[in-house]
Amino acid sequence: MSKTHVTTSINGEPVEFLCDPGDTLLDVLRNDLQMTGTKEGCGSGDCGACSVTMNGRLVCSCLVLGVEAEGAEIGTIEGIGSNDGLHVIQEKFLEHAALQCGVCTPGLIVSTKALLEENPNPTEEEARYYLAGNLCRCTGYDKIIRAVLDAAETMREGA
Amino acid sequence: MSEAREFKYIGQRTIRPDGFDKVTGRAQYGADLNLPGMIWGRTLRSPHAHAKILSIDTSKAEAHPDVFAVVTFKDFGSVEGESINAGEGAADVLDLARNCLADDKVLYHGHAIAAVAARTERVADDALALIEVKYEVLSPVLDVEDAMKDGAPILHEDMFTQGYEETPSSPSNIATRLEMKMGDIEAGFAEADVIVEREFRTPTAHQGYIEPHACTARYDEDGQSLVWCCTQGHFDVRTSTAKLLHIDLSKLKVVASEIGGGFGGKTVVYQEPVALALSRKSGRPVKMVMNRDEVFMATGPTSAAKLKAKVGAKKDGTITAMQGWMAYEAGAFKGSPMMPGVMTMFTPYDCGNVQVEGFDVVVNKCKVAAYRAPGAPQAEFAAEMVVNELAEELGMDPIELRLKNAAKEGTQTIYGPKLKTVGLVECLEAARDSDHYKSTLAEGCGRGIAAGFWFNIGGQSSVSINMNTDGTGTIIEGSPDIGGSRASMQMMAAEVLQIEPSRLKPIVADTDSLPYSQGTGGSRVTFATGMAVIEAAEDVVRQLKERAAAIWNVTAEQVDYVDGVAINTAGGEKMTLAEVCEAAEKTGGQISGTGNINARGAGPSFAVHLCDTKVDKETGKVDVVRYTAIQDAGKAIHPSYVEGQLQGGAVQGIGWALNEEYIYNDDGVMENPGFLDYRIPLASDLPMIEAIIVEVPNAFHPYGVRGVGESGIIPPLAAVGWSVGNAIGRKVEELPCSPPRVLSLIQNG
Amino acid sequence: MAVVVFSSELQLFTGEERTEVGACRFKEIVAELVEKYEALTEDKLMEMAVAIDGEIIHTPFLETVGDQSELHFLHRISGG
Repeated sequence: MSKTHVTTSINGEPVEFLCDPGDTLLDVLRNDLQMTGTKEGCGSGDCGACSVTMNGRLVCSCLVLGVEAEGAEIGTIEGIGSNDGLHVIQEKFLEHAALQCGVCTPGLIVSTKALLEENPNPTEEEARYYLAGNLCRCTGYDKIIRAVLDAAETMREGA
Repeated sequence: MSEAREFKYIGQRTIRPDGFDKVTGRAQYGADLNLPGMIWGRTLRSPHAHAKILSIDTSKAEAHPDVFAVVTFKDFGSVEGESINAGEGAADVLDLARNCLADDKVLYHGHAIAAVAARTERVADDALALIEVKYEVLSPVLDVEDAMKDGAPILHEDMFTQGYEETPSSPSNIATRLEMKMGDIEAGFAEADVIVEREFRTPTAHQGYIEPHACTARYDEDGQSLVWCCTQGHFDVRTSTAKLLHIDLSKLKVVASEIGGGFGGKTVVYQEPVALALSRKSGRPVKMVMNRDEVFMATGPTSAAKLKAKVGAKKDGTITAMQGWMAYEAGAFKGSPMMPGVMTMFTPYDCGNVQVEGFDVVVNKCKVAAYRAPGAPQAEFAAEMVVNELAEELGMDPIELRLKNAAKEGTQTIYGPKLKTVGLVECLEAARDSDHYKSTLAEGCGRGIAAGFWFNIGGQSSVSINMNTDGTGTIIEGSPDIGGSRASMQMMAAEVLQIEPSRLKPIVADTDSLPYSQGTGGSRVTFATGMAVIEAAEDVVRQLKERAAAIWNVTAEQVDYVDGVAINTAGGEKMTLAEVCEAAEKTGGQISGTGNINARGAGPSFAVHLCDTKVDKETGKVDVVRYTAIQDAGKAIHPSYVEGQLQGGAVQGIGWALNEEYIYNDDGVMENPGFLDYRIPLASDLPMIEAIIVEVPNAFHPYGVRGVGESGIIPPLAAVGWSVGNAIGRKVEELPCSPPRVLSLIQNG
Repeated sequence: MAVVVFSSELQLFTGEERTEVGACRFKEIVAELVEKYEALTEDKLMEMAVAIDGEIIHTPFLETVGDQSELHFLHRISGG
């Protein structure tokens, strides 16, 4: 099967890759671009561990084909925080002990960032429903929701 | 631990040392390692729940240009039926091998038969279809009642029930029968004014870790083989894998990656020996990652169970007799957690007349694996439900009834010894005094309460602490960190060394770098590995004193060590830890402490949960509206992560109670192997989980620690179950309380 | 003399609930029990944990017990 050449942007940097038409964006990120921060938990869009943004919209990268990235702007966990320090959301996840095993954490942080960009002042219920697509089996969500609401408050104060 | 003491670092809420990597995506999990020249392995799985394998023809797959190797059971060579320590205590090697790759029979839908290694994952997947397997399909046995009947299809012709005075002469699906008793059960019930008796069922439920099983293996003729995998016990992976591939332990290095949840399910091997066999055959590194449906079909759920519970009490609430019966599904091979079910069922109660009988039964389902307090949630669900009903019958508050009969220091257990200091009474009092319990129940809601008991374990832990010349150090431990335990290790070492925790870096070392350490399970790591860390740190302090003494030309006994500073009590000089470490070159070489122990004295952790639910009477949907989890931690090293264990355990139990169950069709095919249909709790399903930490110190740990990882999953089954029944005015006897089941209860009683 | 209390399961082999043992080292206690009860094997006892005065010890091989000690053999527990 011949491969398709794709030109895209990931975390603001231009990226080119070749992929099989059947490869998902998640496959490309993890196996071809070695960006393993995005995790695979189910491959069927049920768990949210592979959450990324595509043109600003939150998607499961296991449900997007690699070829669909052509001309798009992709945002992954590797693009959150910088050499200067962690993003507020990342800091709050650590402060609140909002992770145990941590495998759902990259997806949850990507989703939380998307949530707070859409809605800087979510209620607990709004946060819970927005993040309902990100499964966590360790924490029972309590500390995650506290971290998200605290991050929202801190970001509003800083804005 | 004799008396309350002041701690400098223990009890603080530090930032975990592995946190930065985990919030930035840098942390490497099981599927995150790629090696040069690596190829991909995939597994052929049985479409039948029970069948004889007549032949396996792999020639077409092997002829595929992009396929490098195909393996079947034969590639394990000769495997003897012997017992090894393989993660969950003793395991039979032959059963382990036959679960990794089926021998002459497939015993469940999804049972692995062969594996292919190919250039890409997709080619490997496609090549599976080229393997031709001929089956003779047999009738499956899908639940304990059918499996226990005379004339049931037999899974293993060589299995004869153990546990009777005379071992039966004909084979059976009942692997083991176990009875434990004390006192006089008949007399106990004769004394009772009120007796409550019911039967219960719980479903097959999965640990549901978000990270699928994954490994990368590289075989090396020269004795440098490598397995990288997500596991709760990499030393046990080494034992099992080396055994099946007939290699020396020293020739296989197993590296524990970061692990994306396990809850007991990642204590056994599935793919690791297969991947290494594929690598041996192909000469290339092989990566294997399960799909989610494979995780559900072919890895460790816990036992579905059928249970009976009967309790009797006097009018004043004194419990006079407790009787239980349980049959646990083991799946395809013997070894359900029936035994701890029998042992834990009534342990929260101080009652002299107890009898419990249990059966370990094989059925044509995936072999069960450990799941958080294995066996206890099912048994204690049945017990707690009848205790709640007893309170109702007696017109007593369910907490007062429990307080009246609570197990405490000196209570005789059914499994042998009397309990040492435990915190059940304190947990019950905290529940009674909680805002939750004092709050008025909203209209249309129900409230449930339940207690839970789990033993916790100790076991072997090996730790080294290597000090650097600048006074920082590395804590080298062998317990995979599944929920933040490196933070606790750091804090305990810091407490002994009296330096900032951040000056110590805890790492989980591979099997080449440390002596054997038992896996992460049984709530043992903070307790047992923590004890090893404390011992290693004390060893460092002893050496620090010796080195300072040498410099000052005094004896080590003349040196005190206070707040990270060595003090010459004879001459008054002082040296900081960093200064002693810097001078190590001149005083005999570098400083390194060890703590290789087999920890004993694990302290049980009791838990008490409160649950309010609201039931939609038209759809049967249940919402948890308020939840409180109370548990004895002995001493909470890092309170945030202790709360996390309480909350996480509670929510797993809520999922088990409300929605989670394996659904099979009549042919034994699992119909819901995905997160869409096997529904674990979502953020939107839940309220905040109020966590209350009780601290009744464990006398056998230097800081009083009790393990907290497991007990929290026990009470939710009955707390939720009773709450739902309370809301709809019915008695719940079967879990999960999913909408169709609750609706049927509402409509049909 | 230390007392060994048998679980109902072990009573299948011993026919009685408790016995006194003269030995104080664990290995010797096991030898004494195996000699006293024909149906009981060393392997059976050695694969069990033991509680000595309430403290559960998984691998009691080198343990010693006191004169007034109470011993219970029990199954080894693992966990999740």
